[in-house]
Amino acid sequence: MELLVSETRFDSGSRWLLLHAVAVFVFLYLPIAVLILYSFNGEGVGGFPPHHLTLDWYRTLFADGPIWDSVLNSLQVALAAMVIALTFGVPAALALERAQFPGKALFRRLVLLPLILPGIITGLSLLMLFNVMGTKLSLMTIILGHGTALISVATTEVFAGLQKLDRAQEEASLDLGANYWQTFWRITVPNLKLPIIGAALLIFTLSMDEIAVSFFLIGRDNTLPLEIWGRLRRGITPEINAVSTIIFIFSLVAIVFWYRLRMRGEAGADVAAEIVQAVEGDAT
Amino acid sequence: MFSRAYKAAVTLPPLLWVTVFLLMPYLLMFCYSFWSVSASQAIVHSWNLDNYRQLLRVNIYWQTLLRSMWIAARVTTFSLLLGYPLAYFLSFYAGKKKDLLYQLVIIPLWVSYLVRAYAWKTILGSDGVLNTLLQYMHLTKHPLEFLLYSPFAVVLTLTHIYTPFAFLPIYAALEHIPRNLVEASHDLGATPGQTFWRVIFPLSIPGVVAGATFAFVLSLGDFLAPLLLGGPSGIMISNIVVSLFGAAYNWPLGAAISFCMLLLVVSLLVFSERLEKKWSFS
Repeated sequence: MELLVSETRFDSGSRWLLLHAVAVFVFLYLPIAVLILYSFNGEGVGGFPPHHLTLDWYRTLFADGPIWDSVLNSLQVALAAMVIALTFGVPAALALERAQFPGKALFRRLVLLPLILPGIITGLSLLMLFNVMGTKLSLMTIILGHGTALISVATTEVFAGLQKLDRAQEEASLDLGANYWQTFWRITVPNLKLPIIGAALLIFTLSMDEIAVSFFLIGRDNTLPLEIWGRLRRGITPEINAVSTIIFIFSLVAIVFWYRLRMRGEAGADVAAEIVQAVEGDAT
Repeated sequence: MFSRAYKAAVTLPPLLWVTVFLLMPYLLMFCYSFWSVSASQAIVHSWNLDNYRQLLRVNIYWQTLLRSMWIAARVTTFSLLLGYPLAYFLSFYAGKKKDLLYQLVIIPLWVSYLVRAYAWKTILGSDGVLNTLLQYMHLTKHPLEFLLYSPFAVVLTLTHIYTPFAFLPIYAALEHIPRNLVEASHDLGATPGQTFWRVIFPLSIPGVVAGATFAFVLSLGDFLAPLLLGGPSGIMISNIVVSLFGAAYNWPLGAAISFCMLLLVVSLLVFSERLEKKWSFS
């Protein structure tokens, strides 16, 4: 119980709570641990205990052309989606905080909807739009899909940042003769640096992982999750464990990076909590 | 302090984009749901309610919808049973470890959905990790077949994926409870159990409602976990939609089902917002 040196009183139930917490953490991390462990398993996925620990699957992976093509595709999609989501998400947050216009409530709901809506609905409705417009499916349609769905992330993050922002600086800038454009780039954006970087990281990661929307908008070129999906249907090899392990490590690096950035900034934004709050609907 | 031009400049571009790429597609889905497919597989733009009638008449559609809701309800229940005590423990007993443990709950959220579903598949398969472990320990002779390709596998995997989603709002709600209320209850002679049920739990209900909404809505529309782990008995409503948009080629009927799902989700969101308002204390 040394783990729990806390100021809070202990009651008899706390031991059960501790056990429960340990069990939940085991449940949450067991698949990830298995995934990583079996990426080194010479005998393939499954089988207990693991035999012949080897790096062969990583060698296979590095020699696997289609996987790396799909990684490049995913990187392009994620970067482009990030640009779209920020380009429209940041102004959307400013609009929600500072402007009044007819249909504002509907606009807010609409922007946030893709966060909670099952991906299949967003994906299919966009598929119908592209079909009616005669747009050929390609990485471009996936980019439009991801960019649009993830505006919600940029908007929630920046909106939360705006609410903590002191408007006096912007006011001073305008009073001193800067125009709105200069004020936006020199005062507003630098002050929102942390939420914007946080949103960008999250958008990037979510787009790299996204499959439900991409599933319907895919053209000839695969993104990484769709490439993995295609292989899963054909049968499973530890190569998929290997690529998943590498993605996991990159995600961890992103989390640590983000965490340290937050620590350096003022009592910064908690991305996850803010998104939850926005979806709960008390953002305005 | 912001001029009309400024407001227009920040409002119009996102408004336009969202109208074209979110509002129009949803409306288009609504239109599609009244259309039909001709024998030559062309979309017929005739407006009628046939697709909706078919949904009510053909058993498999509404039965699958009910089964999906039942799966989602189980996922929601398990996510809350796992997430609530965890959130309570972190908020009230974890002391200085609180932030670290919080991050540990969040990290799995950053691991790809597909990868986690796949990991469960490798654990539950008939020559998977769990079955070979059980045989290795001589607990069973033959692999347990019900583990994979069953509703059980779908519920387990979705619970794994949505437990952090259920945890987050509950934790946020618990963190917002003024600690002096808890102390007052204790000082006035309430037992820990009474304090929990009469003070803490009622104040955390908005978080529970939000967490339940997340888990239910997101698992209701899932189609990848059922495809990967569900087998024939684990089919969910979105799988039917996927096949209607694919091999079965009946976009209008698929659009009708999707639109019903959209309505269901939006009404659940509105309902849960009402509930949260009703139970929130601030």
